[in-house]
Amino acid sequence: MNRDLDVEREAGLDIGVLALQGAFIEHIHRLTELQAAAREVRLPQDLEGLDGLILPGGESTAIAKLMAGCGLVAPIRRFAERHAVWGTCAGMILLADDIGPEPPVLGLMDIVVERNAFGRQIDSFEEPLYVEGLEEGAGRAFPGIFIRAPRLMAVRPPARVIVRLADGTAVGARQGRLLATAFHPELTRDLRFHRYFLDMVRS
Amino acid sequence: MQTSERRKTERSASFTVKSGLAQMLKGGVIMDVVSVEHAVIAEEAGAVAVMALERVPADIRAQGGVARMSDPGLIREIMSAVSIPVMAKCRIGHFVEAQILEAIGVDYVDESEVLTPADEAHHIDKHGFGVPFVCGCRNLGEALRRIGEGAAMIRTKGEAGTGDVVEAVRHARTVLGEIRSLASMPDEELMSFAKGLGAPYELVKQTKAAGRLPVVNFAAGGIATPADAALMMQLGVDGVFVGSGIFKSSEPAKRAKAIVQATTHFRNPGMLAELSTHLGEPMSGISAAGLTEDQRLAGRGW
Repeated sequence: MNRDLDVEREAGLDIGVLALQGAFIEHIHRLTELQAAAREVRLPQDLEGLDGLILPGGESTAIAKLMAGCGLVAPIRRFAERHAVWGTCAGMILLADDIGPEPPVLGLMDIVVERNAFGRQIDSFEEPLYVEGLEEGAGRAFPGIFIRAPRLMAVRPPARVIVRLADGTAVGARQGRLLATAFHPELTRDLRFHRYFLDMVRS
Repeated sequence: MQTSERRKTERSASFTVKSGLAQMLKGGVIMDVVSVEHAVIAEEAGAVAVMALERVPADIRAQGGVARMSDPGLIREIMSAVSIPVMAKCRIGHFVEAQILEAIGVDYVDESEVLTPADEAHHIDKHGFGVPFVCGCRNLGEALRRIGEGAAMIRTKGEAGTGDVVEAVRHARTVLGEIRSLASMPDEELMSFAKGLGAPYELVKQTKAAGRLPVVNFAAGGIATPADAALMMQLGVDGVFVGSGIFKSSEPAKRAKAIVQATTHFRNPGMLAELSTHLGEPMSGISAAGLTEDQRLAGRGW
């Protein structure tokens, strides 16, 4: 694999990271390592000129309230009609069109998500993942970090599952230019998932 | 230690997942609550976590006596009322209180100077637990000693229950200032620096390399207004704890929401002006400078 070429090809992309609350700086660091320009998004005008958007991990209830508070829900829905969006953990909850008893937040993906599906913090865990479509995905495990994580209870077409735990639990899905993962690639030094997303942005 | 010994071997105990939860709380507000009603108000306002307590620090201060871990019954009620993480406090060095909090399933244990210390020389060995810990500090040495013992999150202490932000500012400036001077220090000076701080050498090296603490660092102790929260964020902390400041004010729901938004939009003075408007009376507070040495909680911790 030619690393220099890989890095070179990410240049010129402008990626926003929703920076209302949570682990947004970690995403920015990973994007910067890939030579993509990363920008914090706190207000609707921050979306202008972006090629893609990441909704980071954090507390989904807090992020949802802050999004409503600064009028970001409708602008992000419009942004997603034309651009790639990736939600990690809390971000996956924001993207889902069904999160149980509460109303969905963005409702952009045809997925049913259960919050805190594995239990409390004491039940948080790490597990190696083999991801369909990821560079060397079948041969080299991706470090899956699950923190009070959600899981996919149902994935309806056109959405499809791209990654499962060893026990079969679905923990990642893709629907066109939308991507959702229950785990945290931004907390690892493995850049393959961020590169996968940048490929989605480009296509 | 049977429970935690067993947990060590399970998949749940890695430091990555312990410190990872704190990373998810960044940019957020953790609120002290003494009832289910408070906890629901906090969650509704956008708190990222609640600290379940029997008394907020202002009342601990006013009532005196020995302050201990809260009734597990109250903590459980709060855990079942909200979906956000629930933290609870144990006394410094009281590892059995910590075992109990781990057994009931709290998401974070705060080994806290706000409660009366159970050990005047030693903190808890936090590595042995599956539940992550947050600990207070006043300076870099204290922060790195706690991380050395296994703390997965740090908070500057401030002076709890005063509503006076001055000590929170002092402690944040001290920690962040010491990191700034460490960052420009040549490597041959690090051992002597570590010796001076009373901090583990390896953690001093890590802090220099990263240019920040190895774990998430919140501010606590005396934050009472949206402006206070934004001040701490602009100084460079990762988020804030608000203890007595919300539920000792005249309109807790409104103030809680305003402090959450101020913590997100901390660099936007126009928004901060809006958020600070018509919030009702803040907690009355007491000047931290007027406290006698034995009234200061921040001095607890070794």
